[in-house]
Amino acid sequence: MAGSFDRFWISSTKEDVMAFSRRNFLKYAAMSAGGTLLAETPFLSARAREKAEGGNVRYVPTTCEMCFWKCGVIAKVVGGEVVKLEGNPLHPQSRGRLCARGQAGIGLLYDKDRLKVPMIRTGPRGENRYKQASWDEALGYVADKLKGVEDKYGPEAVALFAHGSPGTYFNNVVRGMGSANVAYPSFAQCLGAREVAWELTYGQGPNSTCERVDLANSRVIVLFGTHLGENMHNSQTQEFAEAVGRGAKIISVDPRYSTAASKASMWLPIKPGTDLALLLTWINIIISEGWYDKEYVEKYTTGFEELKKEVKSYTPAWAAQETDLPMRQIVESVRDLGRYAPNVMLHPGRHFSWHGNDVQRGRAMAIVNALLGTWGRPGGIWLPPKVNLAGFSENPEHPKANKDAVVFGDYPFAGGEGLTQVLRETTIKGDPYPIKAWIVAGTNLIKTMPKPDLTRRAIDNLDLLVAVDVMPTDTVMMADVILPEATYLERHDGLFTITTREAGIALRQPAVAPMYQSKPAWWIGSELCKKMGLEQYAVKDTWEGRMRRQAKKWGIGFDELADTGYVAIPGSAAPYITATNQPVFKTPSKKIELVSSELEEEDFDVIPKYEPIEQPKKGEYRLLYGRSPVHTFTRTVNNQWLWELKKENEVWLNKKEADRIGVKNGEIVRLENQDRVVSEPVRVRATERIRRDCVFMIHGFGQHSPAMSRAYNRGADDQKLITRYKVDPICGSTGMRVNFVKIIKEA
Amino acid sequence: MPKYAMVIDQSRCVGCMACVVACKRENHVPPEQYRTRVLEMVNGEFPRLKSEMRSELCNHCDHAPCVTVCPTGASHKEDDGTVQIDRRKCVGCKACIAACPYNARYINEEHGYADKCSFCQHRLRAGKKPACVATCIGQSRIFGDIDDPNSEVSRMLRDNSYRVLKKAAGTRPNVYYINQFPKKS
Repeated sequence: MAGSFDRFWISSTKEDVMAFSRRNFLKYAAMSAGGTLLAETPFLSARAREKAEGGNVRYVPTTCEMCFWKCGVIAKVVGGEVVKLEGNPLHPQSRGRLCARGQAGIGLLYDKDRLKVPMIRTGPRGENRYKQASWDEALGYVADKLKGVEDKYGPEAVALFAHGSPGTYFNNVVRGMGSANVAYPSFAQCLGAREVAWELTYGQGPNSTCERVDLANSRVIVLFGTHLGENMHNSQTQEFAEAVGRGAKIISVDPRYSTAASKASMWLPIKPGTDLALLLTWINIIISEGWYDKEYVEKYTTGFEELKKEVKSYTPAWAAQETDLPMRQIVESVRDLGRYAPNVMLHPGRHFSWHGNDVQRGRAMAIVNALLGTWGRPGGIWLPPKVNLAGFSENPEHPKANKDAVVFGDYPFAGGEGLTQVLRETTIKGDPYPIKAWIVAGTNLIKTMPKPDLTRRAIDNLDLLVAVDVMPTDTVMMADVILPEATYLERHDGLFTITTREAGIALRQPAVAPMYQSKPAWWIGSELCKKMGLEQYAVKDTWEGRMRRQAKKWGIGFDELADTGYVAIPGSAAPYITATNQPVFKTPSKKIELVSSELEEEDFDVIPKYEPIEQPKKGEYRLLYGRSPVHTFTRTVNNQWLWELKKENEVWLNKKEADRIGVKNGEIVRLENQDRVVSEPVRVRATERIRRDCVFMIHGFGQHSPAMSRAYNRGADDQKLITRYKVDPICGSTGMRVNFVKIIKEA
Repeated sequence: MPKYAMVIDQSRCVGCMACVVACKRENHVPPEQYRTRVLEMVNGEFPRLKSEMRSELCNHCDHAPCVTVCPTGASHKEDDGTVQIDRRKCVGCKACIAACPYNARYINEEHGYADKCSFCQHRLRAGKKPACVATCIGQSRIFGDIDDPNSEVSRMLRDNSYRVLKKAAGTRPNVYYINQFPKKS
């Protein structure tokens, strides 16, 4: 693996890069053939492997949904039972490997607590009294109620919240009715601000299903709060480990000594909320010490002189005071970046809704990358693959929305995924119009959105709450109608366009038939369309049939795809800038906008400006939250194999703080926030691995739904403590790291 | 005949636990029991910290105390260098569990026999690598024939200084550790 660095980072021609995936593939083959007895046949296709192994074994290549990275999976099926999941070596997101969650997908499939039959609520909301219903009855009930809401309030009173694959199919119901009120928490509660920041700067985001970070070839990697390893995204973490293994410099800027920080040559334990002070100072140093890529800046960017003037006042001495970092670290880290530029990167990050000034923080990160010329450079941010697939639809266009959607609020750069919290607020206030029905597909809103009490209040205002999900989450158990979705191992989805360095096509196909009475979301959405009189939006025959027609239109052999799980689009990879492969910036100026013309138009700061944010008072700690490698939010906490490894979260508290307030490691405490909301009991992890002014929890625990028998009442719910959020004025995302907690000892 | 060994590059372990779940699924390990584990050990005082990530499993020792103490011959050393348990011969006396300095064994409560990592012997026979190695996200676990000078494990041990756990116990393990701490360039 050591040699791969030299091989790859120098090679910036298209041909060399095209060879990348082939070479990787050969590497696998060679590695397996190396040992005398370990002559493993490389995976070529499911049928070939079945034939080679014989017997009663089936292999089904499909796409994982234990998180949203879309790894290629090969399910091993024996006698109708899925017995093993392995990474698909042909798929660039998994490269033959799966993480703990991916391996544990079987635990979701065979979870005894799964939703099994459609249910209609019979008792008061939240009291868990339901009657079983047939699909016909349940969908008929939903259709009648939706029509009732439409008749009384108009179609815009019906809203959709979704995450992952199922959302696609309910869009047709909601938009087909004439409502445009659709929102995905993945924007406002996650990476929306990042996307907007990079769109404003480069005209394009860094891609969410696979950030275009060339970790494998990078010489300096800066992580702002990004805790790769704990935040487990398969191929990205593989490349991170590879970078660590060959001695790339890792610079971790994080108030917590994360696993990634433990791999770093420099850990900058920054005071939370001051990242922009560090970034602006870095920009100043990069310019004043001449580390920037002059030719690149000249050729591809606008606004350099204005930027130079603007950042002059951000000195290292000032930044040291503001960020609580040693001045030496501030200067040395950025000089390392400069020294190895352009084969360096500031990783764009992922969950980005932190403090409410997040677009500007993202802009500063994008600007540092631009000055160092990382966009389109080996070890930096690779250029998107060249792919030109025609849109595919078998349904007519949705009608024009009856009324303008509320989901963009008053935020000029709210993205296409909409703002969940605005939809919620409108539901509570009924202004500018009432919203009376929610379809919630694959997202646990109560545990996802800040101020969960408002989510409950909004739900109380509804005439209808429909939940489509696999597990009986807290949100599902508030629903009027529960529609049990088949797991990803039991259904078709796709086709998926996978854009890594190259573009390719993948699919999801069932390893086994849906268990119990669960149904794939495409079927549920389609049947609901029929019941609503929206036949034109229903699926023609089956989703597989649709996928076959889509593949045909795209000139891809469906049977080959179904056999291998992934088909690359030849000639699509063009990751690095060359004389003939020039980057395209879809900004108004067609350049990288160091000074943003779009922000100027909307009267925002055209260059990020630092403003201090509120810091905790003495005895209070800022509440930080993050990921565990074995869990995806609340989605996996009930999974047997993952639950075993992480049953509950702890609250990380600095050891000296713990000593000061007289709390022992392992002691059970509660947290009380600034609004006097008190958490569930939670164990203290007294550790040197975190600053004294903040505490950290893994998100996703503290399930209140007793129907999740393993996860029920395990650990503490961080979301409950997030009763305050700061909205980013540019894009409307909800900064959630603005809550302060005290430690309360249990009597 | 090969002699199987594992090399663990600790610097490349990201603590993701993929190996642990892969092992459990592959080998039907009972709930709450493990054949392999990953430890994260952090020393020092804020902000000067040092961290070691360590995967542990049966060391398939050349001088295996579990084999010596086993009264029935259930625990035995095979020609390929691995230590295996013949379940039919095991009486569940737990002598091996007490003898193992690595805490690598457990009693399968359901069936009563002692159990532990087999280097996925059934996979080796099918020409596959152990499940933990096959899925290791960081490619931290490397597996192969230590008697073959061209194997990746032999090369890793030639190119790196390595250690074994509890060397003083005299067990002569076949699991080797390299890069205890990440290289700080």
